[in-house]
Amino acid sequence: MKYLEEYRDPKAVEKIAAAIRRTVTRPWTLMEVCGGQTHTIVKTGLEALLPSEITLIHGPGCPVCVTPLELIDKAIALATKPGVTFCSFGDMLRVPGSRGSLFAAKAEGADVRIVYSPLDAVKLAQANPKRQVVFFSVGFETTAPANAMAVWEAARLGIANFSVLVAHVLVPPALRAILESPGCQVKAFLAPGHVCTVTGVEEYREISLTYGVPIVVTGFEPVDLLEGIRMAVSQLESGRAELESQYSRVVRREGNQHALRLMKEVFETSPRVWRGIGMIPASGLCLRPAFASFDAETRFALDIAPVSESKECIAGLVLQGLRKPYECPAFAVRCTPENPLGAPMVSSEGACAAYYLYGRRE
Amino acid sequence: MQRIISMADESKKEFLWSCPVPFASSDKVLMAHGGGGKMTQQLLESLFLPAFANDQLAARHDGAVVEVPGTRLAFTTDSYVVHPLIFPGGNIGDLAVNGTVNDLAMCGARPLFLAAGFILEEGLPLETLETVVRSMSVAARRAGVTLVAGDTKVVDKGKGDGIFISTAGVGTVEAMQPIHPAAVQPGDAILVSGDLGSHGIAILSVREGLEFGSPVLSDTAPLWQPVEALLQAGLDVHCLRDLTRGGLSSALNEIASARGIGMTIEEKVIPVPEPVRGACEVLGLDPLYVANEGRFVVFLPDAQAERALEILRSFNVCRSAARIGTVTDGLRPIVQIRTIIGGNRVLDMLSGEQLPRIC
Repeated sequence: MKYLEEYRDPKAVEKIAAAIRRTVTRPWTLMEVCGGQTHTIVKTGLEALLPSEITLIHGPGCPVCVTPLELIDKAIALATKPGVTFCSFGDMLRVPGSRGSLFAAKAEGADVRIVYSPLDAVKLAQANPKRQVVFFSVGFETTAPANAMAVWEAARLGIANFSVLVAHVLVPPALRAILESPGCQVKAFLAPGHVCTVTGVEEYREISLTYGVPIVVTGFEPVDLLEGIRMAVSQLESGRAELESQYSRVVRREGNQHALRLMKEVFETSPRVWRGIGMIPASGLCLRPAFASFDAETRFALDIAPVSESKECIAGLVLQGLRKPYECPAFAVRCTPENPLGAPMVSSEGACAAYYLYGRRE
Repeated sequence: MQRIISMADESKKEFLWSCPVPFASSDKVLMAHGGGGKMTQQLLESLFLPAFANDQLAARHDGAVVEVPGTRLAFTTDSYVVHPLIFPGGNIGDLAVNGTVNDLAMCGARPLFLAAGFILEEGLPLETLETVVRSMSVAARRAGVTLVAGDTKVVDKGKGDGIFISTAGVGTVEAMQPIHPAAVQPGDAILVSGDLGSHGIAILSVREGLEFGSPVLSDTAPLWQPVEALLQAGLDVHCLRDLTRGGLSSALNEIASARGIGMTIEEKVIPVPEPVRGACEVLGLDPLYVANEGRFVVFLPDAQAERALEILRSFNVCRSAARIGTVTDGLRPIVQIRTIIGGNRVLDMLSGEQLPRIC
């Protein structure tokens, strides 16, 4: 497949890996921010090609993993209301809330549907005017514009039986939070290429300047990731701390202005709790007042008791890159994809699931 | 930001950031119990196998081989609940015939007789039923089997999904040697009979309204002929398994675990058609977990691999047959895959259903 095969070419991979080995003189810890990047790294066994000086830690860029327990509980509460059809992207369905998952709710009789596009949920609402269709609007800046589009379209068409449960998160505030955490080990970031395709790169340049940390906007194929690592290591070894882009075939400096405009028209920033990390100011999105009537949380009276999370799962430390999944005492023992204790074991993008699925036990 | 810093401090003392206590796994049947992955296996191991324990079930094969005076019979059953009923390349009818005869073929048996039970939903257009039954008849002729018994039930509207078909099949075992996971030996070559994933993607393309440059057709097909040819050539086939739900990875893991043996396979030689590859990229699926209905794996001695491939490739349904790996002598029942870039990882069985990723 054009634009894919050449980025998976073993010869190209080896060439870049050799360049990294030549460049590196001491230990460096890098974080790949996006769950999609983690997935490729583990799926292709890419770490085996890196010199031992390089440690990769897996960042919080998996939307499934960082969605707080309370929101999952709200989703389940909505899904089990009579007359509600609850739509979600596939991998949110298995995430455990405090009392089951959306899959379990489906087995109990809730009308839960997997959709590929938020606009499919709008169509569903249009086709079923007697049902309330709620879409679980999750994800980073990558999914936010399409989800904004769904709300915008529902408003334009006056579809009153459509609403969204919003759980959007933004990448840059999380990077700042990680950098300001006293336990921070990260010396350079591989920034999420697809998020930057939407947002552009300027905010990352600012973070790089403020914190003196190299950031390389990186793609998702093995060649992309190795090239991103090579560029980051080369900055670290030469004492530079800049924003660079490895993913220029996709990412433009200014991002996707149409998508941004739509996102900003529908959403505004809000404080957001990240599962495993805590409250990060201005790190989430909520609907602007003009679209507030599409907010499922206000449309339906939801009585969700606050829940405390257990002490065994170390998802928070994993999401911040302070621990590897296999360092958790529950990993692969009490916590597996069939019975996940924490969200990173649920999504295939989650660090724990990727380690489990691809057999990384040490 | 203050909160984060204080949480980070606490974390140094104890693991405080955490996820919820595990709620007990569901006490209801979930879709994943039928996904062909680990949850299906758990259901088999915790409920069905103990309830009916016997040697035939313990062999953990696609069908049972039973001795009756004078002959060895292979006996199997299967159920079909596919949606949509009619899909590119086939329908629930030919799927039911092919799936059942393939289970028999995987026992090294010539399929002879089928029975089929139809559970029909009130309101089903008769025309649809006719289409399905006609293609069952064509498929049965093609596979050389006779449908000798049947049953029909109708359920209230809303209590079925158009048509469910449940089948049973009987065949005579023609393989001299036992063909089952226990016969797999270290050093055996692992062959796959054709390219992977077309059935699953054909179904998904209709369900999700996806369109491709060239339509992906289901690979549903009867497999006795190529199996018969392997046996008639005198090849020492150790194990066969058709790759249905859960795909290649489930089949290999089931065999590895039933036999207690390791395997290594090579990602870059596994045949996957271009449109399937593309659809999987778009949908965030892995073709090694996608369902097939006319593909199987063969385990046989390394020295016979080339000859077996030659034979397989002479059949249209197996023209892209390939050797994908080798059985190792490792005792851990793990399937290792050498990735396209030369890394190694474990190819695990899917835990439930394959879920499309968010982004």
